[in-house]
Amino acid sequence: MSLMSYLGAIGAAQREAMDADERVIIIGEDVEANVYGTTGGGKSRADKGDFLQMYGRDRIRNTPISEEAIVGFAAGAAMTGLRPIVDLSYSSFLYMAMDQFVNQVAKNRYMFGGQASMPVVFRSAMFYGLNTGAHHSDRPYPMFMNVPGLKIIAPSSPSDAKGLLRYAIDSDDPVLTFEACLLWGSKEEVSDEEYRIPFGKARIAREGTDVTVVAISSSVPEAVAAADAMAAEGVSVEVIDPRTLVPMDTRAILESVSKTGRLVVAEPAHRTCGAAGEISAIVSEEIFDALKAPIIRVTAPDMQIPFSPALEKQMYPNRITIADAIRKVAGLR
Amino acid sequence: MIKQEAKGSSMAAPTKDQMLEMQRRMLRIRYFDERASKMVKRGHIPGTVHTSIGQEAQVVGATMALRDEDYMTGNHRSHGHPIGKGSPLGPLMAELVGKATGVCKGKGGSLHLADFSVGSLGESGIVGSSIPIAAGAALSASVLKKSHVSLAFFGDGAANQGVLYESINMAGVWKLPVIFLCENNQYALSTPAHTVTSGVIADRAAGFGIFGVRVENGQDVLEVFNAVSEAAARARAGEGPSLIEVVTYRFNEHSEGLRIGTDYRDPEEREQWLKRDPIVLFRNHLIAEGHFTAEELDALEAEVLAEVDEAVRFTDESPYPEPETAFADLYTDKEEQFA
Ligand SMILES: Cc1ncc(C[n+]2csc(CCOP(=O)(O)OP(=O)(O)O)c2C)c(N)n1
Ligand SMILES: [Mg+2]
Repeated sequence: MSLMSYLGAIGAAQREAMDADERVIIIGEDVEANVYGTTGGGKSRADKGDFLQMYGRDRIRNTPISEEAIVGFAAGAAMTGLRPIVDLSYSSFLYMAMDQFVNQVAKNRYMFGGQASMPVVFRSAMFYGLNTGAHHSDRPYPMFMNVPGLKIIAPSSPSDAKGLLRYAIDSDDPVLTFEACLLWGSKEEVSDEEYRIPFGKARIAREGTDVTVVAISSSVPEAVAAADAMAAEGVSVEVIDPRTLVPMDTRAILESVSKTGRLVVAEPAHRTCGAAGEISAIVSEEIFDALKAPIIRVTAPDMQIPFSPALEKQMYPNRITIADAIRKVAGLR
Repeated sequence: MIKQEAKGSSMAAPTKDQMLEMQRRMLRIRYFDERASKMVKRGHIPGTVHTSIGQEAQVVGATMALRDEDYMTGNHRSHGHPIGKGSPLGPLMAELVGKATGVCKGKGGSLHLADFSVGSLGESGIVGSSIPIAAGAALSASVLKKSHVSLAFFGDGAANQGVLYESINMAGVWKLPVIFLCENNQYALSTPAHTVTSGVIADRAAGFGIFGVRVENGQDVLEVFNAVSEAAARARAGEGPSLIEVVTYRFNEHSEGLRIGTDYRDPEEREQWLKRDPIVLFRNHLIAEGHFTAEELDALEAEVLAEVDEAVRFTDESPYPEPETAFADLYTDKEEQFA
């Protein structure tokens, strides 16, 4: 075990995968200079762990600012023998390549009757909560959940970031991983061994009996903090992190809500057609009778993200808004 | 107008066998598309199809210049490309009709034909969208040190999509073995290319420092073959991508059975182009040069007609896919499929 940051864990998974399989390459803007911190060791090329030194320009592909071509090239390469990891830096830049994601990456295997396989991972980070304004603060994973053919993951801890990314790289299907900048610095003990976390298996971040909180991405640590606070008020809260949104571990969610009868869903994306809405619908359809109170969603409002810290800080779920929702669903308010 | 002379010596001339094969594949496209057109109009093929009738030389000159294992992507004018690459006609026709034996099991249809066994990585219903896919296949060849070349077919309409230029730039700077082949049939649906295209498409290559050439007589299969052969040789030699613009003309409507609004093509213009039928031109050439007799070429035509008949028979006798197959082939792992 080593103490690893979320970002360090992503770098470790990439290094392991690059070492294990020559077909794995990294494509993206500024990956050579390790600008986003997952393709290097230190500040100098000579430092241990520099990806360019270790793997060369053939496999560390610094690109022009051409997201549509980057995504399309990666798809074509994946269909013909490579296993690219694409670093798209900010999640907002995915829109530049929307046609390639929706019409090529997601559809080619299906349209061609299973002839294509698409072993490619698209990494991007959601820079919300960092006062970057509306263009860089998006949490667009629900849009992509709406595209059959893509697998969507949103790790919330360093260990999950490492294990899920490694599994994603091994997968023969296209995976979009949405990392959260707010979590980049979070640290925990992470195994130095190679390991993979299969998709579709939720993590129970905290066990409890009275209320279930399903939380996504940076809402997970906030939900755990809210659960700690509620314990002092005598409410036992279970926090579930689905970790992968497509496929979603609906069984774990249904089991927990069957036990508690009360559900809060917290996520940093917008409210309309979000993952929280989807999870709420599944629970209502499947186990309506088990519910003792209406489901509560805690999400970002359907509003663009303002720049000023005074304005932005109220936009996403936090331990206070999640705790309020828990009180309400538990009938304490 | 050759924009830039090819370096090195000219390519070896095609053999007699290769020329016969060129004529065979052009005939396959012609007869297949003529049959498909009828089948659309009679309702035997659902939806519509876009034929390559009139453009056979432009397609086959390119595909015959590639090796069997080389990669290729195409667009909505989609049957000629896999046929030209050597895909058998039966599963292609069955796909157009939506049968279980279709090359894509009835999930793609005319617009999304693909036959990976002949390097056909997929046609595309979205104009311009498959161009970077071809370039990505060239990236694979480059990283994995294989000798494959990759070719992207696209129209004069697609030549105004931004993704083409992102792709040319990135392929150029990485010296990828890819050929960007613009089928300039002079119209994008109803829109004349010259009214929406600034400058000459082939000239755009120069701005990216890659090789560019305009094949003025795209009705001559040998001219196209030579241009693409040279581009493929350069690509295999590590000299990077080429942009080839081939001037041609589609004889039929944009898509079959579609009645397009106001007349946008001068009937006289079409009459002139019909006189430059690539199949007739090549037949005359093969006879004039003494390669084949008229009887031999008549026999070839009969043979290909029979092949198309057989493809239709295969299609008719094939079952429709079982409804549950609509819920397979989205992901590689079955348990994660969402029925
Ligand atoms: C992105 C996109 N825009 C518009 C269309 C509608 N459309 C289909 S084919 C076509 C014309 C394409 O012209 P060109 O690229 O020259 O190919 P051609 O049909 O002449 O072979 C249009 C506008 C489309 N399918 N995709
Ligand atoms: Mg055109």
